[in-house]
Amino acid sequence: MNQLQYFWPFIRLGLTDVWRHKTRSFLTMLGMVFGVGSVIAMLAVGEGASQQALESIKRLGSQNIMVMSVKPTSEEGGSTGAQRGSLAVYGLLYEDEERIKETVPGVVLTVPARMTRRNARLGERQLEMRVVETVPNWFDVVQRPVLAGRVLARHDLQMAANVCVLTEHGVRRLLAAEETLGQRIRISSGVFEVVGIVKNETGGTVRAPDSEADAYIPITTGTKLFGAANVRYSAGGMEGEKVELSEIIVKMTETDSVEPGSKAIEAVLARFHKKKDFKIDVPLTLLREAERTKRTYNIVLGAIAGISLLVGGIGIMNIMLASVTERTKEIGIRRAIGARRSRIVVQFLINTCVLSIGGGIVGLMLGVSIPLMITAFTGMPTVVQPYSLFLAFGISVAIGIIFGLYPAMRAASLDPIEALRHE
Amino acid sequence: MTVLATEPCRPHADEVVRLDAVTRHYTVGDEVVRALDGISFAMRKGSYWAIMGPSGSGKSTMLNILGCLDRPSSGAYWLNGENVAEMDDDELSDHRLRNLGFVFQSFHLIPQLTVCENIEVPLLYLGLSQAERTKKAELLAERVGMSHRLRHLPSELSGGQRQRVAVARALANDPAVLLADEPTGNLDSTTSVQIMGLFQELYEQGKTVILVTHESEIAAYAKSCIVLKDGRVQSLHGEGA
Repeated sequence: MNQLQYFWPFIRLGLTDVWRHKTRSFLTMLGMVFGVGSVIAMLAVGEGASQQALESIKRLGSQNIMVMSVKPTSEEGGSTGAQRGSLAVYGLLYEDEERIKETVPGVVLTVPARMTRRNARLGERQLEMRVVETVPNWFDVVQRPVLAGRVLARHDLQMAANVCVLTEHGVRRLLAAEETLGQRIRISSGVFEVVGIVKNETGGTVRAPDSEADAYIPITTGTKLFGAANVRYSAGGMEGEKVELSEIIVKMTETDSVEPGSKAIEAVLARFHKKKDFKIDVPLTLLREAERTKRTYNIVLGAIAGISLLVGGIGIMNIMLASVTERTKEIGIRRAIGARRSRIVVQFLINTCVLSIGGGIVGLMLGVSIPLMITAFTGMPTVVQPYSLFLAFGISVAIGIIFGLYPAMRAASLDPIEALRHE
Repeated sequence: MTVLATEPCRPHADEVVRLDAVTRHYTVGDEVVRALDGISFAMRKGSYWAIMGPSGSGKSTMLNILGCLDRPSSGAYWLNGENVAEMDDDELSDHRLRNLGFVFQSFHLIPQLTVCENIEVPLLYLGLSQAERTKKAELLAERVGMSHRLRHLPSELSGGQRQRVAVARALANDPAVLLADEPTGNLDSTTSVQIMGLFQELYEQGKTVILVTHESEIAAYAKSCIVLKDGRVQSLHGEGA
């Protein structure tokens, strides 16, 4: 309390000084404003990205390995795929799923899926949906909250029932306000009863297996209606491709067995696939990659913030040196009255801190609003953490003290007799 | 007139200022300038002195040493019972804070601070609380007849008013010695008379006042006088020694 009573007149003096030189103070503070602003914004963006990545990974399942069919590049393939009127056959097979299940240690279950884009219609309304032909286990490995009804069941698969589960997004666009469950929708040549609705996956930095308007149907039903392989012809009808399975999700017993598991899968598949027509994604690896990216990002932004703070600090130091010269006489008066050197140091440090903290507060506002704007314009999630606000304050004080020390020492080292004579 | 001792010795109990063989040398290039060259005198508590001399006589150096802004090159300076010559910078500062009050020719008020805040500056360094500071500053302003201008800035005051504020500030720490350097140098004759009246009052209230001036009519207000010439005491007369 007593300390504050001593400091307050100097804080007030600093404030009036800032106020008297409004333009100068404002320009001086800009460096701090941008520095502190970018520190907070950086932390918010970084935190948002990492939270999102973590969430995506969690949803993808940290015990999962995703094996996907990819079209081999023509040089690598050198096959019939490039010829006119031919059918490119590539991708994962049911046999691959069996092989993985049998030879790779630590596999809990495997989920095959075939994805196609098909038109769904309900009365007048039409929507192109991604149709995922899969097995009920899909919903065990890719967990989504069920909003209504149920997910696919074993008996749906056994009976090749004409049922489908939609994502929230698809429901909203196709069914609109109508009664949802029990509704019959037409997908290509089949009619399906909607038995359940699951929550949508929002877009993220990590690829999610169900990122859009999806319809899940039993793979047996798909085979019955659309064939055992996904055959697609290009516009001319002369070239086509045939893929048996689009994706196999492999769930491992524990997180630790994911990495050896993915190597084993790679080895097994490589033996039977001459062309590299598959790719293996491990969410865990994706997480690591996401973290690496974030780290790089943080270093770049941190460097920008650091340079800005450095420039801001130097600007403040410059102004304070000018202020010391301007106030030489005042320093002389205070010294003559009996202020010790340390008191003069404290006075000028307070003055510098008023500038740097002032800049810091404006920077803080900037730092809080930049992430909001980023989120508003790009949809990138950002999280401003409370600790970053304290950090900003701490940085401001630190900059004030570091860059204020030299001018303050200069002020204190003035000879009082000389200082009093100064005009 | 007292016989002056030439060897250093402790001051008498009622001597507030005592100088023993004080010298102050400056080295300018290869030359040594003797600004003060063996000065000894003593001032009793409650006395009123003038220090006179033409420019170059060592008056300013004398003022700086008396004001603890500078230390003698040799000799001893006892102020209020303590030898200033042996003090470091912090101790000198503390000594100024506790024992000295300065009044300057050009007032030397801090332009950004109000009258009240200017008077409070020494109180702030003495560690008084805000309430105590304000209360004391108001009393001091009243003592110099400036209580109606407490919230004004120095730039809004006349020269005479500024000097009154400066006197109030100099009195804030209840100093053993009030040191005034050409206090009327920037004032017209009417105001000068008023300010000198103020010093007279303070003297009558028991303060020790030292005027440094080159004007003999100002020096005439003092009861005792030291005339310096070429860094030495040319003459010394009066009742305070």
